[in-house]
Amino acid sequence: MEGHARTEEEVLDAIERRRRRPRRKLLDDRITLAHGAGGKSTHALIESLFLEQLRNPLLEPLADSAVLRAGGASGPRLAFTTDSFVVKPLFFPGGDIGELAVNGTVNDLAMAGATPLCLSAGFIVEEGLPVEDLARIAASMGAAAQAAGVDVAAGDTKVVERGKADGVYVNTSGVGIVEHELELGPTAIRPGDRVLLSGTLADHGMAIMIARGELELEVELESDTAPLHGIVAALLAATDQVRALRDPTRGGLATVLNELALASETAVVLDERALPVGAEVRGACEILGIDPLYVANEGKLAAVVAPEAADAALAALLAHPLGRDAAIVGEVRDDPPGMVLLETAFGGSRVVDVLTGDPLPRIC
Amino acid sequence: MRFVDEYRSPELARRLADEISGLVEPGRRYKLMEVCGGHTHAIYRHGVEDLLPEAIELVHGPGCPVCVIPMGRQDDAIALAERPEVVFATFGDMMRVPSSRGSLLDAKARGADVRMVYSPLDALKLAREHPDREVVFFAIGFETTAPATALTLLRARAEGVRNFSVFANHVTIIPAIRALLDSPDLRLDAFIGPGHVSTVIGLRPYRFIARDYGKPVVVSGFEPLDVLQGVQMVMRQLAEGRSQVENQYTRVVREEGNPLAMRALAETMELRTTFEWRGLGFISQSALKLREEFAQWDAEVRYELPGVRVADPKACQCGEVLKGVIKPWECKVFGTACTPDRPIGTCMVSSEGACAAYYNYGRHAGRRRERAPA
Repeated sequence: MEGHARTEEEVLDAIERRRRRPRRKLLDDRITLAHGAGGKSTHALIESLFLEQLRNPLLEPLADSAVLRAGGASGPRLAFTTDSFVVKPLFFPGGDIGELAVNGTVNDLAMAGATPLCLSAGFIVEEGLPVEDLARIAASMGAAAQAAGVDVAAGDTKVVERGKADGVYVNTSGVGIVEHELELGPTAIRPGDRVLLSGTLADHGMAIMIARGELELEVELESDTAPLHGIVAALLAATDQVRALRDPTRGGLATVLNELALASETAVVLDERALPVGAEVRGACEILGIDPLYVANEGKLAAVVAPEAADAALAALLAHPLGRDAAIVGEVRDDPPGMVLLETAFGGSRVVDVLTGDPLPRIC
Repeated sequence: MRFVDEYRSPELARRLADEISGLVEPGRRYKLMEVCGGHTHAIYRHGVEDLLPEAIELVHGPGCPVCVIPMGRQDDAIALAERPEVVFATFGDMMRVPSSRGSLLDAKARGADVRMVYSPLDALKLAREHPDREVVFFAIGFETTAPATALTLLRARAEGVRNFSVFANHVTIIPAIRALLDSPDLRLDAFIGPGHVSTVIGLRPYRFIARDYGKPVVVSGFEPLDVLQGVQMVMRQLAEGRSQVENQYTRVVREEGNPLAMRALAETMELRTTFEWRGLGFISQSALKLREEFAQWDAEVRYELPGVRVADPKACQCGEVLKGVIKPWECKVFGTACTPDRPIGTCMVSSEGACAAYYNYGRHAGRRRERAPA
């Protein structure tokens, strides 16, 4: 090392090589909140601890849902997923933990292009929770399941001592049927592909932050929680040139695009001017110094689509009630591989890296 | 969006960039320091450097409150947080700053009651809500945040809140700038002055920079056009051979500052004889402590603190980065041992820190420029 000063190029190359290295090491000796934030620490935990012990071909892609074939090579393809919900507060403008738990799992299935069949629901309830609250949550789960056309077919309830859970935690798992033969995922992504977003960014995360009432910002923002399998079906009906679908929940659009860029060894270049962000949300983000690219959404999808199909895909999204603000927000390039860049509205450009910690704990 | 988009117009930016290029003397190189971390963040977030001619280098100064807190003070903070009776209230930025015994986030995982707050008044509210606990607020920042701490102290006294105290680490910008100017290894042409600090202290305190050191100062705002116009005004002064204190941020900063805020500061706090700055060492009269009248709200009086000076990690070159002597990527551990997820130095922690900003946002720009044909 001594005697040879590194050039800027060498330093940056080393960082990029390190970022592309598939396995991250878990160096901490205790779990901190950062391990749950969806950024680098979460990846390190999942890849070096869980994947290490549970590795199998279905889990390995670490996708929103696992896709498996039932009953031999000609059997139907099924999507299977699970998600836990620990959001605080339990009730917030635009939704509650129950609705979120149904839509969250429905959306993980939808990102595999699946039609949801049924869900399970597990409740970990804290001693002392008003029955009325639980009844409200159950009712909104029922309404959300009905709206999504899915049954809650199995369930479980546990009660823990006061102080051991924050009101109630909900886990949902889901099974869906994949009625197309597309292989959605990062391996299908090619340079030249377009990146589409189905609507405005950061609504859910900012709504939760405001709903906590810690900020004294006088603005009412609503969560965007919604089931996405309908708009996905509309998109897949419009074109079979869809490469990958992701719902940018925890960690936001920046995180899912980084995951896609790394896994597909391509670069994603976003156009800041094309990114839809609602005026109130943008105002709140500006005041709080939060980048909407990193804030959670619960009713939006990002789609990577072949260039020739981009217009048809956009038209399909725009025609759906959940896609009124859809836009083409970026494109895939070959260089620099594994990175997400942003052409700023100001006329400059910058890196959009994976988030390190989360400014908004427990948003879903 | 009103009050935002007009400060981010690419057309105006291009016009300013052209004017700036026109002010560059052929063959001359310029080193301009933006003192404030808020500027550093804005420069990287919006890609401002992409619009500047190659001859102009922006040097990222010491005005990042997280970055200048020395390791020993962070150790003290963790010792406070780990007291069983204490609820330790801190800005989110400080959560990941490493001490010799891990970060506040680690202390929290070990069981310390650490709460993130957005304002010192939130910490006071915590104290009112938890009368059985002792709430300690980790006060950091320059003259920008110090008045909020001062007002909180005044309110705590007025309301007689006894279970609240402040661990004061407020620093003042002028002595740091003077220390930089006196530092032999530094060569700067001019300063982009801090905007929000100046809202409080006004323009007068910067006069010595122009008068005694012959360096232009332009106090600037935090939108990308503000920064670009600040650069343009500095370049114009240099082209015309002037060195003056000018105000780009007239919509917020007044000549005399904010007398009300200054009065609240003077009522509650006074200068320390000396204070250690990370990487810059001890700078005399560069920080604030609580006045004796506020001793019962002063965490340093109420609690036994280790108060040990901890040397910065050897490999870490935050000091040189803060002085603008080296660029972030020139530090030996940048991007290898020191990354935003496992920072060694404070400059890698805060989003306003030069290293974190460069790592998270900027590194592709540097590379592209290097690859671009001359």
